[in-house]
Amino acid sequence: MQELVAVVIDGIIYSAWLFIAAVGLTLIYGVMKIINVTHGSFYALGAYAAASITGALLAHGMPPMLSYAVLLGSALLVAIVVGPLIERGILRFMYVKDEVVILLITYALFLILEDVIKLIWGVDPYYISEPYGLLGSFDVADLTYPTYNLILVGVAIVCGAGLAWTLTKTRTGKLLVAVIHDTEVSRAMGINVDRFYVVTFTFGSLLAAIGGAFTAPTVSVVPGLGVEVIVLSFAVVVIGGLGSLPGAALGAVIVGLVRSATIHYLPQAELFVIYFVMAMVLAFRPRGLFSIAEARKI
Amino acid sequence: MQGIRKLIASAAALLCVPALAIAQDAPIKIGVVSFLSGPAAGPFGVPARNAAEIMFEMINAGKVPAPYATKGLGGAKMQMSLVDESGGTTTQVTEFRNLVQRDNVDLVIGYISSGSCLGIAPVAEELKKLTVFFDCGTPRIFEERDYKYVFRTASTATMDSVGAALYVKDLKPNAKMIAGVNQNYAWGQDSWGDFELAMQQIIPGIKVATSQMPKLFAGQYNAEISTLLSSKADVIHSSFWDGDLEAFILQAGPRGLFKRSTVILTTGETAMYKLAAKIPDGVVIGARGPYGPYAPDNELNKWFSATFEDRYGVPPNYAAYQMAQAILGTKAAWEKAQAANGGKRPSQDQVIAAFENLTFVSPAGEVKMTNGKGHQAITGTAYGVTKKVGGKMTIDKIKRYPAEKVNPPDGVKAADWIKSGFKK
Repeated sequence: MQELVAVVIDGIIYSAWLFIAAVGLTLIYGVMKIINVTHGSFYALGAYAAASITGALLAHGMPPMLSYAVLLGSALLVAIVVGPLIERGILRFMYVKDEVVILLITYALFLILEDVIKLIWGVDPYYISEPYGLLGSFDVADLTYPTYNLILVGVAIVCGAGLAWTLTKTRTGKLLVAVIHDTEVSRAMGINVDRFYVVTFTFGSLLAAIGGAFTAPTVSVVPGLGVEVIVLSFAVVVIGGLGSLPGAALGAVIVGLVRSATIHYLPQAELFVIYFVMAMVLAFRPRGLFSIAEARKI
Repeated sequence: MQGIRKLIASAAALLCVPALAIAQDAPIKIGVVSFLSGPAAGPFGVPARNAAEIMFEMINAGKVPAPYATKGLGGAKMQMSLVDESGGTTTQVTEFRNLVQRDNVDLVIGYISSGSCLGIAPVAEELKKLTVFFDCGTPRIFEERDYKYVFRTASTATMDSVGAALYVKDLKPNAKMIAGVNQNYAWGQDSWGDFELAMQQIIPGIKVATSQMPKLFAGQYNAEISTLLSSKADVIHSSFWDGDLEAFILQAGPRGLFKRSTVILTTGETAMYKLAAKIPDGVVIGARGPYGPYAPDNELNKWFSATFEDRYGVPPNYAAYQMAQAILGTKAAWEKAQAANGGKRPSQDQVIAAFENLTFVSPAGEVKMTNGKGHQAITGTAYGVTKKVGGKMTIDKIKRYPAEKVNPPDGVKAADWIKSGFKK
């Protein structure tokens, strides 16, 4: 029983991290039909910005409790500066091209941004571990967990619920859903699709940067941080169904719990279990668990 | 007609004299491969590259202490072609081919990852290019086949694992249960395999609670740490390195893992200063040999550590020591071959013959190329536990193990040697 509790808690913590990292990817795909590999770069940029800005402010006497706000602010800064730059500066000229070409373009941008990160921050690791231990810890089933993990879960819930509320309850969200369903008709109805594109891309990037910023206190921030994340994020959104918000949530929970159970009960299978789950889902539901049916255009 | 032939032959001979003179002094192009990007760059690749830069510069200037005080390699300057090790084995094989076939390097020194070494060794043999591995640890390279062109100047993971097991015996003789968390590829698997076998020999009846094998560069270890905490193992072994080691320390510390069990970090030396505040007293730290805090108090070490710290502001870690060791080993072999060749520039085969079974000194002491039919080095090793003194990280309870005690004899596989009860 004790081990089962640990499986669930570890699974939820990992799911929360995965969901924050992956949800922006599915949002951007849903609206713009772009498989955005630069998502990993935004994750890494968020982590680097959070580690360097929070570290600098703490060194200048900032009260440690403010570091959580600085983590969020750092992610916001990255998204607002880099997101529109990439979307307006490069991607908007590519929308007429095939999805595969855009995928390659975002991959090229990912490689460029990796080098930009090295140019700015170098290759030495950055640490900002203060926020991780600041809130103490709690004990469950004879195991100690930093309370910070609850913040990760909270951030994931806020991101998911906020997105769902925006899409279903606000005028902007409803317009966005219209854009998701049919760009051409949306344009014909007077919706400023270009504005939705830049806002969506920036918001999706913000979610990735938040993922990186809130992960930074638990890892050493090093070059290549975004590579692993982009692979896992793709697995999550493919399981859930590309472009589906509930799919991303369910995909993250499935992957998190399966991985956690495997580590506890069959650790030798950890390496491939996530991709095994993905293969099984795709074998029976090739477009993912929550794939959206598409109307055939005549 | 014969006169004309003689004339042409004489002219050709005259033209060849300056060419030979140039060949004798021509720079020796050396490919140096180390992680310059990715998670392994900061803690391993960059310190190793920094060590290479110092060694190339100082050797070319003849400023290295005895017995390496001569300039260059037998008088010829060393010229570095630096390559990034990141990108995976396929990329590395391509880069290696580029170094050999496009850049025409005379030899290659490099490789931190065991995956890289396993991929490069057969290609080096195919291209017939002298290649010196400076850091990678998997014992499989010379266990699985013989190589003519490949050398490794650092000990294998067997040394780390057997040394760690001997240290556990000294530190916790009543340990009943062990657990492991190691990266799921050659280095992690071999490290854990050897450690588990060695523990069973040294403390018969010891049990394995769990062996965790997360993916390389996974970064998130909450579930693994929970399993290790639940296991209540007396001793936890980890050969984590690079950013994974640092992430593990950052995540395991607040969860009390270091207090609940004795944790052995076989490559912990690379993180012990940077993460001093996060590593409590009593964690067992390895440095993959007598490097860093375990390095001997000799002139070469004093010179190397002072020169490195003067230039880069931090002491050299074991990756830096191992790079310096590989370069000095190459210099020793080259100059031995040159001396045997009457002072003329040696051929690659002559350098290889000189390198085989060579014994040379490095900042870490004596290195003996006795294994792998003279291609694999053995060195002693040391372990100790962390202890903060006045807020500074130090190593306490240091124990040293001679090379022959922690390395198998030549021709015997590590696992067989351990299972035999370490018989010579």
